[in-house]
Amino acid sequence: MKKQITIAGFGGQGVMSIGKSLVEAAVNEGLHATWVPSYGPEMRGGTANCEVVLSEEPVGSPVFTYPTELIAMNRPSLHKFEDKVKPGGIIFVNSSIIGDKVQRTDVKAVYVPCDTIADELGNKKVSNMVMLGAYIAATGALKEETIRQMLVHMFTGPKAKLVDLNMKALERGAACIG
Amino acid sequence: MTTVYRKSAGLQDRELHYCPGCSHGIVHKLVAECMEELGLIDTAILVCPVGCSVFAGNYFACDCIEAIHGRAPAVATAVKRTHPDQLVVTYQGDGDLASIGAAEIVHAAMRGEKFTTVFINNAIYGMTGGQMAPTTLLGQRATTAPHGRIKELHGSPIRMAELLSTMDGLAYAERVCVADIPHLNKAKKAIKKAFEVQLSGAGFSFVEVLSACPTNWGMTPLEANKWLLENMAAYYPLGVIKEVPEA
Amino acid sequence: MEKELWKGNEAVAEAAIRAGCKCFFGYPITPQNEIPEYMSAHLPEAGGVFVQSESELAAINMVYGAAASGVRAMTSSSSPGISLKQEGISAMSSGELPGVVVNMMRGGPGLGTIQPSQCDYFQATRGGGNGDYRTIVLAPCDIQEAVDMTQEAFDLADIYRMPVMILGDGMIGQMMEPIVWHDIPKRELPPKDWCAGGRKGRDHSNFVTSLRIDAQDCEDFNRHLEAKYKTIAEKETRWAEKDAEGCEILIAAYGTPSRIALSAAEELEAKGIKAGLFRPQTVWPFPSKRLAELAAQDSVKAILVVEMSLGQMLEDVQLAVQGIKPVRFYGRVGGMVPSVEEIAEEAEKILQEVQ
Repeated sequence: MKKQITIAGFGGQGVMSIGKSLVEAAVNEGLHATWVPSYGPEMRGGTANCEVVLSEEPVGSPVFTYPTELIAMNRPSLHKFEDKVKPGGIIFVNSSIIGDKVQRTDVKAVYVPCDTIADELGNKKVSNMVMLGAYIAATGALKEETIRQMLVHMFTGPKAKLVDLNMKALERGAACIG
Repeated sequence: MTTVYRKSAGLQDRELHYCPGCSHGIVHKLVAECMEELGLIDTAILVCPVGCSVFAGNYFACDCIEAIHGRAPAVATAVKRTHPDQLVVTYQGDGDLASIGAAEIVHAAMRGEKFTTVFINNAIYGMTGGQMAPTTLLGQRATTAPHGRIKELHGSPIRMAELLSTMDGLAYAERVCVADIPHLNKAKKAIKKAFEVQLSGAGFSFVEVLSACPTNWGMTPLEANKWLLENMAAYYPLGVIKEVPEA
Repeated sequence: MEKELWKGNEAVAEAAIRAGCKCFFGYPITPQNEIPEYMSAHLPEAGGVFVQSESELAAINMVYGAAASGVRAMTSSSSPGISLKQEGISAMSSGELPGVVVNMMRGGPGLGTIQPSQCDYFQATRGGGNGDYRTIVLAPCDIQEAVDMTQEAFDLADIYRMPVMILGDGMIGQMMEPIVWHDIPKRELPPKDWCAGGRKGRDHSNFVTSLRIDAQDCEDFNRHLEAKYKTIAEKETRWAEKDAEGCEILIAAYGTPSRIALSAAEELEAKGIKAGLFRPQTVWPFPSKRLAELAAQDSVKAILVVEMSLGQMLEDVQLAVQGIKPVRFYGRVGGMVPSVEEIAEEAEKILQEVQ
């Protein structure tokens, strides 16, 4: 298994933390993983993206030209990276704010209304977790249980109540995968 | 036989290289005597500058560190922070402190670093051969100001003791001179006071010593001492510039 | 041992604390800010001193001061800031003072860009400041190596009494990956009987200086440095290689491009091309001898040097190979990172040309 994932969106959409969560879960499952962020002034508002590699073998290049999957959280990201995705790959589209459809026919398109679901759960911030749930369900790259344990570890003390919210977000995302 | 004078134990048995009438030898002696009288030779660390006193580490009996030009306050910051219970002193000239090292001394004072700076202000670059310093007086000739320092061209001389006294981190600043015995005695008192302020932990302490450079001023030692009192002390007021209550 | 996920810059800072670094002095500059930020939070907890200096000049001179008084110290910056530090690095080399300097390189010249680069190779490996001196330059290719090298750097600095540089790039600083905290083998360290930390009963005073006004004294000192550097070249030169024996094309790269080149070599292997990788881990001293041996193999048709520069390590490779085989170059600059595909294509093209 080797996944090369481009995750892109606006700053503040939790794009970086989708990547970090994937990498952390992968490490917990004994996989090799790298996370490379775009960095600089654009992180404070403009577009943000990160490149994630998950692999059973040690990771050589942490950067890549052609992702196996693209997670597009906003419209410019879909347009910027759609052409790069490897044939047979998957494009995940945050359909709450991206009205466009994937044009290519040699990749699979998955539409997830992340913000709509997050609104229904009462917290806009978990839209990225909805997408993470969809990604894991669609690719089977990681175990849902690993993510759950990670959330329990991440949210402790007064933040412990956030575990349930995030779990619900993951489940709702997963449910979008038919 | 009674001993009427002896060299301070704060100095090594070495012949100084300074020119006749240069104030460095006198100020070395005062600093060494203050260290000795406070019993600090064995623990003190002196940070030397670039300039005529670049060899100061060959003369003092305490451990010495030669800093690059202007950076003595940065060096001393690290030394004092890692040796908080020991006396740390920088000894710097006017080119070193007021020109190339202006940022370092200002920020050390701003942070209230608990070391002492002895600032030798002789209004000229000595070692490199009489070039204009930031402290050169208006009208004073220098090898890079052949017609004398001109206000419109070079600006007015900088008063470092006053400038640094605007920093809350500075606990004690005094300007002294070493032109004659009464002034020399006051200078020694000021240096000792600055060391005591450092040891009390009140903050940064600073002694500006108006000094003579007969060679580059083109004067005899006696003429230089007279010029020091009549011209330098007139522009750079002597006395305590700042003393916080804790000092 | 358990794997932990770390960001490069933070891992380097933590590694320094674990190595017994007692002082950190630094000035903010992207892309290395997480190092001073981490140090400001964690070094005081470990009983150390953190000062955000007024400039890079002040920072390196604070390292000079701490080192001169016998304390383990470190600073970090990125390319433009490292240029400012050259004054102090030269003085530390002359004062024979140990210290660790991290450069997370970004594109230049001038302010350039904040994206990763390797454009400071010449500066790092040729001394960088005034004078005929060298610094040991460790070039990690990933976070694990950055962490291990940072810990070793303090011992190397103490053993040879000189500044040691960790030459990383913005990507190593900014990326995250899992690492394991090894116990780095402790080396025997000489006593710091030369330091000026106060006499404390010593029968003489110590004077740390970089000035030797007498020309003969200064020459003698330079000869002493020369001998020291020769010893270091003999004892501390390091490199890694993969499938370099029997390869048709040998790719030479260090740091981030070396791991990209590793993936390129795998792509070439898949096409039936025998590609080897030669990866200097010390870029000064440079592993010339081993590179020459590998280049001399009958199987090797060409050497491809890959860098994020216009060709700097290239010159060391050319000096090592001495013209016995064609040496070609592929570089991306100004913050651009070479891709796996670009390197593989270049290697194929070169093989066609030399046949």
